[in-house]
Amino acid sequence: MKALDAVAWLGASVLALVEYIGELGIFAVSGVSHVFRPPWYPRQLGRAFLEIGYFSLPVVALTALFTGMVLALQSYTGFSRFGAESAIASVVVLSVTRELGPVLAGLMVSGRAGAAIAAELGTMRVTDQIDALSTLSTEPMKYLVAPRLLAATIALPLLVVLADILGVMGGYLVGVYKLGFSSGGYLNSTFTNLQTQDVVSGLIKAAVFGFIIALMGCFNGYRSRGGAQGVGAATTAAVVSASILILALDYVLTQVLFVK
Amino acid sequence: MSNPKIRIRGLKKHFGPKKVLDGIDLDVEVGTGMVVIGGSGTGKSVLLKSILGLVTPDAGSIEIDGVDVLKAPAREARALRQQIGMLFQNGALFDSLPVWENVTFGLLAQKKLSRAKARDMAVEILAQVGLGADVAGLSPADLSGGMQKRVGLARAIAARPAIMFFDEPTTGLDPIMGAVIDELIVDCVKRLGSTSVAITHDMASAQRIADKAAMLFEGKITWTGPAGELLTTSDPVVDQFTHGRAHGPIQMALRK
Repeated sequence: MKALDAVAWLGASVLALVEYIGELGIFAVSGVSHVFRPPWYPRQLGRAFLEIGYFSLPVVALTALFTGMVLALQSYTGFSRFGAESAIASVVVLSVTRELGPVLAGLMVSGRAGAAIAAELGTMRVTDQIDALSTLSTEPMKYLVAPRLLAATIALPLLVVLADILGVMGGYLVGVYKLGFSSGGYLNSTFTNLQTQDVVSGLIKAAVFGFIIALMGCFNGYRSRGGAQGVGAATTAAVVSASILILALDYVLTQVLFVK
Repeated sequence: MSNPKIRIRGLKKHFGPKKVLDGIDLDVEVGTGMVVIGGSGTGKSVLLKSILGLVTPDAGSIEIDGVDVLKAPAREARALRQQIGMLFQNGALFDSLPVWENVTFGLLAQKKLSRAKARDMAVEILAQVGLGADVAGLSPADLSGGMQKRVGLARAIAARPAIMFFDEPTTGLDPIMGAVIDELIVDCVKRLGSTSVAITHDMASAQRIADKAAMLFEGKITWTGPAGELLTTSDPVVDQFTHGRAHGPIQMALRK
């Protein structure tokens, strides 16, 4: 009997997972389709851009700066054991542009803006504001979801450009002022080994992560139920699911973009 | 034979194993006020949301002006539903927008007027529900419950709808504010010549805002009649509900 219960539980879990993925897929397709179909809401887009992009600047900037500094310090500690200190600048710039910039910016924006999106839409759902939109000749997917998807997909690459610059600057500060590298030598080593593809691949990753952050925030908020507890659960689910997807997709994108 | 503004036949909706609507038949004549009464969780809100297109019924038909909105092309159904103004139970005002933008949201969405004109129009509409121009720039969070209801009513009437829905319009208000809101509802509906449907638990409110009443019980409309007869009818279900008797045909879950 217990074995049958376990099979039933497993079956129900698989069905629930398939249903979740199906609903998420339909939601994503619907949201993206509304990005391309009028009417558009530029004020909503501007507001989403401010909330996701502009207000995330400080947290992304600080994260990138300190990450670059720590990376330079840690690299020096390790590389000095076998006399490879000269590789520090290259390690910092490649790590930041290819991986750490987009991933850390994605995780920080997920925690800040993804949570805010889920909480706002969740509150709108449980207080009937989303239903009210429908009764006022406004398609909620078009008004609430499409602008956030578009704003996050554009804003995150811009944030990552800043993260790349500040991450490299962090490495430079530690390399030059603490570890004694010459300014010219450090910069030369940084740009000699940097290729366009390194930066572009990071920006492609950032655009995908931005879309994922907005999608998971909107999806979980939009279908939240049950008052304050439901909104809290939706917010947690948005951040956790976006973070896991960012890390998993980072591997997939790295495989696609770099492995020949 | 008259053509009702809204005609509902055989409307069914279930959520999981629970049958919420089990074959609703209801007519709302043009220019009349209908109130639907019934216990909590009996499906009154689901009925309104089905007409609004916010919930998809399992079976049945909903005709507005003789057209079944469940079968009509999406564009036609949307146009028919656009003549409905809705006052939500908790106001459902948009937190992120000031009061004036809440009031004229539907008109701005349909690009029927510029933002500059919208603010002036919002002030005019707010005056119709007894609110001054100073309220227009406030955030919904700065308003009392009664004021939020008034702003919700202002938003519902802004597009001069031919049909108006009121979901528990007096819930959460003190009796005097409840009577004020009822008076505003009657005044607005009369001025616009609208057909209205309300759902409420408040019998005094039901009699003030409606001409006709319907009892929703076990997923069906079990009684219809003049709203003035709500407290005097011999129907045992209505009698128990309107007089709040603990014993009768309505078995509350707690007593089972």
